[in-house]
Amino acid sequence: MVQLTLPKNSRVQTGITWPKPAGANNLRKFSIYRWNPDDGKNPQVDNYWVDIDTCGPMILDALIKIKNEIDPTLTFRRSCREGICGSCAMNIDGINTLACIYGIDDVKGDVKIYPLPHMSVIKDLIPDLTHFYAQHASIMPWLETRTNRPAKEWRQSVDDRSKLDGLYECVMCACCSTSCPSYWWNGDRYLGPAALLHAYRWIIDSRDEATGERLDDLEDPFKLYRCHTIMNCAKTCPKGLNPAKAIANIKKMMLERTI
Amino acid sequence: MRYLTDRKRAIGAGSAKTGTAHFWAMKVSSVGLLILIPLFLFTFGPRLGEPHDVVLAYFERPFPAIVAALTITVSFLHFKDGVQVLIEDYVHGRVQKLLIVGMICVSYGAIATGLFAIARLAL
Repeated sequence: MVQLTLPKNSRVQTGITWPKPAGANNLRKFSIYRWNPDDGKNPQVDNYWVDIDTCGPMILDALIKIKNEIDPTLTFRRSCREGICGSCAMNIDGINTLACIYGIDDVKGDVKIYPLPHMSVIKDLIPDLTHFYAQHASIMPWLETRTNRPAKEWRQSVDDRSKLDGLYECVMCACCSTSCPSYWWNGDRYLGPAALLHAYRWIIDSRDEATGERLDDLEDPFKLYRCHTIMNCAKTCPKGLNPAKAIANIKKMMLERTI
Repeated sequence: MRYLTDRKRAIGAGSAKTGTAHFWAMKVSSVGLLILIPLFLFTFGPRLGEPHDVVLAYFERPFPAIVAALTITVSFLHFKDGVQVLIEDYVHGRVQKLLIVGMICVSYGAIATGLFAIARLAL
């Protein structure tokens, strides 16, 4: 059954407000979700003041500055700092996005940062993506062929290659899946926009020979048809992709082979 | 504690190999209602408040009776499919099954009652 309230031990409480740095003229307030599995306390929101004049332009720059200069216990994932690795996905100002490509100036007022919604939290801003990755693995994200391997390479026309544009760019940051209400309520069975976008990427790959099996595996009221075209996935994708369109195309292919 | 692997949890019981027929039925009934609802409003609407014998005479004509019968049937079939998805979304476990069965009974009951009423009026 859908939970309309958080369990008692998940209710967010007011946390620490750290002092303002001395001598700073251009301060921004960052309110950041904190939870430590080791201290047995409820989650809390800590407030930090960051001197924007000595900080990089992106949210990730501010997080790194907070970790380096104010609170070394603040925990978050980050790696490439240019929107390629997908590690620093989090909910910033109510939007799931990548902290490394989201500007501090894009946020009006205080900057509120939470982990990706409706996922188990490992610590602070780090969600548990185990099930998300397992769902991705379940759609067989690799080229499946039956024909003997060619001497040089699997060839593909320019037109067929262009069908992969808008799909291969996905960095599996999980912003889309964790913005999807269907994934919130039925994430155990519904594959979610990210896994389905990857599934479509292989379904329409002209070199792949497992199209039928891939469609068979997806034909399910929950795995695929839990998508109700809410479109949060397309709205939130930090890479500007459209998983909802990919899902609609899978449904269209399902129909075309039936009717 | 169950020692299931992450992959095992993700795959679950595998694909049900169904869902496309339900999706197609919803689409077809949506388009059907897009045509039927205005037709029903334009045929049934002007008769509201008319004397009983005028309404009886009106529904003895085939077009309004057929439009009304189709609207009731297609509406409740669409309702049945739509509410099933709604229940599956928000309710889980045994209550889900009971609600779906109950909703199917209500839908077919409403169709039967509506058709019976129109038959009484028209025949």
